[in-house]
Amino acid sequence: MQEEMTGAEMVVRALKDQGVEHVFGYPGGAVLPIYDALFHQDQLRHILVRHEQGAAHAAEGYARSTGKVGCLLVTSGPGATNVVTGLTDALLDSVPIVCITGQVPTHLIGSDAFQECDTVGITRHCTKHNYLVKSIVDLPRVLHEAFHVARTGRPGPVVVDVPKDVQFARGTYARPRDNQHKTYRPRLKGDLGKIKAALALMAQARKPVFYTGGGVINSGRHAAMLLRELVHMTGFPITSTLMGLGAFPASDKQWLGMLGMHGSYEANLAMHDCDVMVCVGARFDDRITGRLDAFSPNSRKIHIDIDPSSINKNVKAEIGILGDCGHVLEDMVRLWRETAARADKSALAEWWRTIEGWRAKKSFSYRPSAKLIKPQYAVERLYAAVKNRDHYITTEVGQHQMWAAQFFHFQEPNRWMTSGGLGTMGYGLPAAIGVQVAHPDALVIDIAGEASILMNMQEMSTAIQHRAPVKVFILNNEYMGMVRQWQELLHGGRYAESYTAALPDFVKLAEAYGAHGIRCSDPAKLDEAIAEMISTPGPVILDCVVSKEENCFPMIPSGKAHNEMLLGETVEDIGAVIDERGKALV
Amino acid sequence: MPDTSTSHYPAAPKVEPTARHTLAVTVDNEPGVLARIAGMFSGRGYNIESLTVSETEHASHVSRITIVTSGTAHVIEQIKSQLERLVPVHGVRDLTIEGEAIERELALVKVAGKGEHRVEALRLAAAFGARTLDATLNSFVFELTGATDEIDRFIAMMTVVGLVEVSRTGVAAMSRGPQGM
Ligand SMILES: Cc1cc2nc3c(=O)[nH]c(=O)nc-3n(C[C@H](O)[C@H](O)[C@H](O)COP(=O)(O)OP(=O)(O)OC[C@H]3O[C@@H](n4cnc5c(N)ncnc54)[C@H](O)[C@@H]3O)c2cc1C
Ligand SMILES: Cc1ncc(C[n+]2csc(CCOP(=O)(O)OP(=O)(O)O)c2C)c(N)n1
Ligand SMILES: [Mg+2]
Repeated sequence: MQEEMTGAEMVVRALKDQGVEHVFGYPGGAVLPIYDALFHQDQLRHILVRHEQGAAHAAEGYARSTGKVGCLLVTSGPGATNVVTGLTDALLDSVPIVCITGQVPTHLIGSDAFQECDTVGITRHCTKHNYLVKSIVDLPRVLHEAFHVARTGRPGPVVVDVPKDVQFARGTYARPRDNQHKTYRPRLKGDLGKIKAALALMAQARKPVFYTGGGVINSGRHAAMLLRELVHMTGFPITSTLMGLGAFPASDKQWLGMLGMHGSYEANLAMHDCDVMVCVGARFDDRITGRLDAFSPNSRKIHIDIDPSSINKNVKAEIGILGDCGHVLEDMVRLWRETAARADKSALAEWWRTIEGWRAKKSFSYRPSAKLIKPQYAVERLYAAVKNRDHYITTEVGQHQMWAAQFFHFQEPNRWMTSGGLGTMGYGLPAAIGVQVAHPDALVIDIAGEASILMNMQEMSTAIQHRAPVKVFILNNEYMGMVRQWQELLHGGRYAESYTAALPDFVKLAEAYGAHGIRCSDPAKLDEAIAEMISTPGPVILDCVVSKEENCFPMIPSGKAHNEMLLGETVEDIGAVIDERGKALV
Repeated sequence: MPDTSTSHYPAAPKVEPTARHTLAVTVDNEPGVLARIAGMFSGRGYNIESLTVSETEHASHVSRITIVTSGTAHVIEQIKSQLERLVPVHGVRDLTIEGEAIERELALVKVAGKGEHRVEALRLAAAFGARTLDATLNSFVFELTGATDEIDRFIAMMTVVGLVEVSRTGVAAMSRGPQGM
């Protein structure tokens, strides 16, 4: 059936047809026709944010916690430039979002019109793909294609820029069709020959390890379940990146904890010493590899990834399997079972004994205190309080983020939302709101730092307006702790501008927004404060005053290899550990 | 240049040999596609030695872009993967690894001079098989089609006899044999 409507109505209609239920946004001149179309319906709910960056992170939180595409709507010019950070964040972390931007009318494009900017030019480098729709004829196709591109393959952000005259123009709407795209066809099934070769290599392994990442989360819940099956069948140890936490349950015996710069001793040494590495949906990021030429020097590497440019980008893989890890894992589980492949049992037992020796170091240990709240302790208590509830965790960026990754133990995928690739301070609160909108009855907590939270604090107002009862758990060390830690390591303890002076009173600030505020600085009262935070119905800020100069360990210093990692108790003069060249690195 | 033995970055630890590769890329001719490709090269720090583009199948809006680039084997692999990742890209072919491809460019070369130089310019042009497109009493415009190094040599010669201006198309390339893209 052919349906006539305006471009603005098509936007709203296409979003509905794509299964969008919530759109995060902020109005302005160039999107008024779309807002008018939203006004005339009540199926699609609009969540008004307080800054467009917030809309992008909220859409990310929504997407990552549901596996669906997150959606946002912003105006031209400043509306579009304000989402650039959020788009880049989604690009680096492979989060599927579609961003509709308004644009000045087509005949004014290029004239420096009011609130004109070259949105497709600016966002070309921070989107998976983007479109400027100059004719109503193209609009329905482009809108549907945008969702297809965002959702499939390696997911990512897509921008659709719609000039105002196109929003007013009338045309014929077309429903989504599942025609093949002319050029864009991501490959899903892995090459069976390579999968068999990989299994043969795994069956010979004496010191194997699974190294998994965000790709498992991207592929969906079924991929995480298949991963669990394969790991259990093989008996291999498994570690994951920051982005992959939750795909494999942290309570499982085979779990080694997160790897990388702030990962566990056992995970990093297992990576360093292994003879076969099975990488599933991870991208050999520099936080993982450390010094590249010393990275896992004696292992033969299998890399499963949907993006051909990820394979052999940083680290050469002996067997690169291009495909969706869900599909590939399915084949691997089936073939491992069929061929009754068995790894070398006694070698594996020996390998596990070595790993248990490393594990015994308890690399995440810290010195407890009866006077001050240690940030690690705060996360441990938070975990104890919420682990039996339906919970989702987001974070800001800094030490608190790493402590959250180390001390909060994730059992399920899609429960952990953090900005890994871009490391965007200000991500956590709007992301939490996005998660809460998708899961209204769940407990959603942003584990925050006092500096980061101020970057998108205005979104408290969004939480209040939309009755999103998010909890902000601030580990307040009065420092940009991660920056301070690096200054201690690399710049002789000269803390240039990393003290967060003139902090607001977070309790009063919460109250000013109409939320509930709590402050706690006594370890003995922490459980009580956490309980109050959880039981309070609306949004809450818990200002948890923690010890100020705690460092985040273990740590692989810049320019060092995995087996040169620093452990908390052993570090005395940290400045002496990093040489001049290491200091030049980030 | 930091000593890569302590580097944290994925910079090549050893100096590896680089090679020139000619890539043929077919793309959907949508607005901005050239900016996407050029932007990918500059954004990721790859070289472009030559780039030519034009529509080859008008009805289906398909253009062919020929890119001459250089890098280590690893970088060339990355360039191809990064190109293939772009949504409007149909396909990428590395003509250099498929055996010696045919590569041609066209150059317009203006020279000015009198007497001996003028005679010499004309003689060289004839030796290279260039066509004379314009002639005045003290100048010529030549057209030469050939491989890049042939054109380079021609221009070097013309410099001696009074080169004024050069305009080159960049490389058009095609594999040998019956196989199409
Ligand atoms: C302060 C700070 C410190 C950090 N420290 C650490 C640290 O100690 N340890 C750590 O791990 N990280 C750390 N990070 C995060 C780090 O920067 C990277 O974001 C992270 O390591 C990348 O995770 P990943 O490799 O899983 O890749 P992602 O960015 O999640 O990429 C996923 C990969 O999987 C592929 N993929 C996507 N979908 C699929 C699919 N369906 N099938 C198959 N493959 C797919 C993609 O192509 C890509 O290659 C830190 C970040 C910050 C901000
Ligand atoms: C937008 C942005 N600006 C700057 C940085 C650099 N940076 C990384 S961590 C950090 C400090 C964060 O401080 P806080 O939120 O208090 O967390 P803490 O490390 O103290 O836990 C800074 C400034 C960043 N990641 N993002
Ligand atoms: Mg702090």
